[in-house]
Amino acid sequence: MREVAVIGAGMTRFGELWDLSFREIGIEAGFQALVDAKLSSHQLNAFYLGNMASGSLLEQEHIAPLVIDYAGLAGHHVGAIRVEAGGASGAVALHQGYLAVASGAYDYVVVGGAEKLTDVPDFTANRISGSTADQEWESVFGATLPGLWALVARRHMHDYGTTREQLAHVPVQAHAMGAKNPNAHFRNKITLETVLGAGPVAEPLGVFDCAPLSDGAAAVVLGPMDEAKKHQEIPIRIAASQVACDTMALQHRRELTTLEATVTAARQAFALAHRAPADVQVAEIDDSYSIAALVALEDLGFAEKGKSGALFAQGAFAPGARTVVNPSGGLKAQGRPFGAVGVAQAVEVVRQLRGQSGERQVPGARLGLTHNIGGTGATAVVHLFERVN
Amino acid sequence: MATTIARYWRETPRRYNLGGSRCTVCRTIYFPPRSVCPSCSTHRQSLGKMEPFQLSGEGEVYSFCTVHDAAEGFEMEVPYVLALVKTREGPLLTGQVVDLPAERVRIGLKVRATFRKLREEGKAGVIHYGYKFSPAEEPPPHRRPGRSSEPSRSGTPAPEEGRVRA
Repeated sequence: MREVAVIGAGMTRFGELWDLSFREIGIEAGFQALVDAKLSSHQLNAFYLGNMASGSLLEQEHIAPLVIDYAGLAGHHVGAIRVEAGGASGAVALHQGYLAVASGAYDYVVVGGAEKLTDVPDFTANRISGSTADQEWESVFGATLPGLWALVARRHMHDYGTTREQLAHVPVQAHAMGAKNPNAHFRNKITLETVLGAGPVAEPLGVFDCAPLSDGAAAVVLGPMDEAKKHQEIPIRIAASQVACDTMALQHRRELTTLEATVTAARQAFALAHRAPADVQVAEIDDSYSIAALVALEDLGFAEKGKSGALFAQGAFAPGARTVVNPSGGLKAQGRPFGAVGVAQAVEVVRQLRGQSGERQVPGARLGLTHNIGGTGATAVVHLFERVN
Repeated sequence: MATTIARYWRETPRRYNLGGSRCTVCRTIYFPPRSVCPSCSTHRQSLGKMEPFQLSGEGEVYSFCTVHDAAEGFEMEVPYVLALVKTREGPLLTGQVVDLPAERVRIGLKVRATFRKLREEGKAGVIHYGYKFSPAEEPPPHRRPGRSSEPSRSGTPAPEEGRVRA
C-alpha cells in the first residue's frame, strides 16, 4: 500500500440553503477542492460520493453520476460511485477513496459528501434519518434516533453518575466554536441555561442536545503522497483509515454505553499509525447528540470510561487543551448534512493541520483525528491525518 | 410510510408472541430469531442448528427515556416512555412502558410484555400490533398516581384476544 495525501479541500457553508439545489452544493464543494489541489479535471480517475438518502429525501437515486454530469465531467466519463452508511456515509466514502489510491488502482480521486435535508419537512427528514436505526425492531415500537441516544444517556448517568449539566456543556462548547466558523449553521453562543431550559426531545435530551438538520457539501482530493508536493504546498498524509461495524440495533449491543465499533476502529487506527490518543492535537468527533460526544471521547481513548462528562465540563477538550475537540463547532453547530459530515470533518482537520483555520486555529497541530458514526453506532469510522513537513 | 401487509404479517409470530430463537450449540437465546449464532466462535457451526425459543415477556427496565418528539405514527401518544427491557431469558427488547406515569418509571422496574396496538398508518393503512410493557410490581411511591394510571398489581391479566388498548 502506498501513502495517500489529501491535496485539496473544499466545502459549502452548512445550514438551510433554500436557494441552492443538491447539484449546486455538490459542485461548489468539489470545485473548491479541485482548485485547491491545482488538479485539472481530466487527471481525475474517480469520484466517490457519500450520501445517505437522496432516494428518500429527493426521490433521486443514482446521484453520483448526476453530480459528475453537472460538474462538466460526463464527457470525460469519470467513474462516479455513491457510498451509503447512514450518517457515516461521508467517512466511508473517504475510506473507499483512500483504499483506491493506496492500492495504486487510481492516482487521483475526489471524495465528496453531500446532503439536502431541507427540501422535505422536518418530520420527514427525522423519519428518514431514524431509518438508520433498525426499522423492524426499534422504529416500529416508537423509537426515534434521539430516543435511542436518550436510552444511552440515561444508562450512562445511572452507571457513572454523569449529570444533565455535564451533558449540557457539549452543545455550549460547540456553539462557542461555531461562532468562529463562517461556514457554520449556527454562529450564536449559548449558555448552560439555554440548554437546560430548552424543550425536551427525548428526556433526558432536549433540543440543544441534538444536532440540526442541515444542507451542505464537502469534498477532498486525494493523491499519492510522492506526487503531492506538485499540487499542494502542505500535503496532509492520511495516517490511518478504519471502518468498523456493530449490531444494527442498540438492544443487541454487549454494552449500551460503549460503541465497540468506535473502540475497534480507533484501536486499529492508532496501531497502524503508531500513535496514541495523547498525540492528537485536534479531533473532529461525532456529536450528533451530546451523549454521543461523551461516549465517543471514552471510546476513542481521550477519556477514561465514565469520566468524560466531568472532564468535558472542566474544559478538558476546549481551546488550549492537549486535544481540542470539534473546533469547527461539530455536528451541533457547524451542522449535520448527514452524508457530508465525514468529509467536512476531514476538511476541517486538513485546514487545521495546514494552519489555515484563522480565529479557531489550534496552534501547531500536527496530528488530527476524525470520527463519524452511522445510526446509533452500527458503523464507526476513524481517520488519522498527519502534517509531515 | 406505507407498509405492505406482507412486510407486516411475516413478523407477527415475533411481535405478537415473542417467538425468539436459541442456539443449540452454545444455548444463547436471541430475539428476534436469528439464523446464525453471533456468539459461537465460527458462525457456521450454528447454521441450521438454531431452534425456536419462546420468551416469557418478563423482565426489568434496563434504560428508559420520555419521547416528546414522536416517531411517525406515535404523534397522538406524546409524551411516551420508551425503554430497553432486559428479559428474564437475557435478550434486551425495545418498547414502550405503559400503564404508569413517566415519572414513576425507573431502571430496575419489573415489567411484563403486554399485547397492544402500536400505530396506524393512516385511515386506510396497516394497523400495527405488538408488545409494550406494563409494570409487574408496585413501583415505589413517587407522586400520588391518578386513578386511571394506577398500575396493575402483580398478576397483570394476560392479554385477551380481540381486546386491544393503545
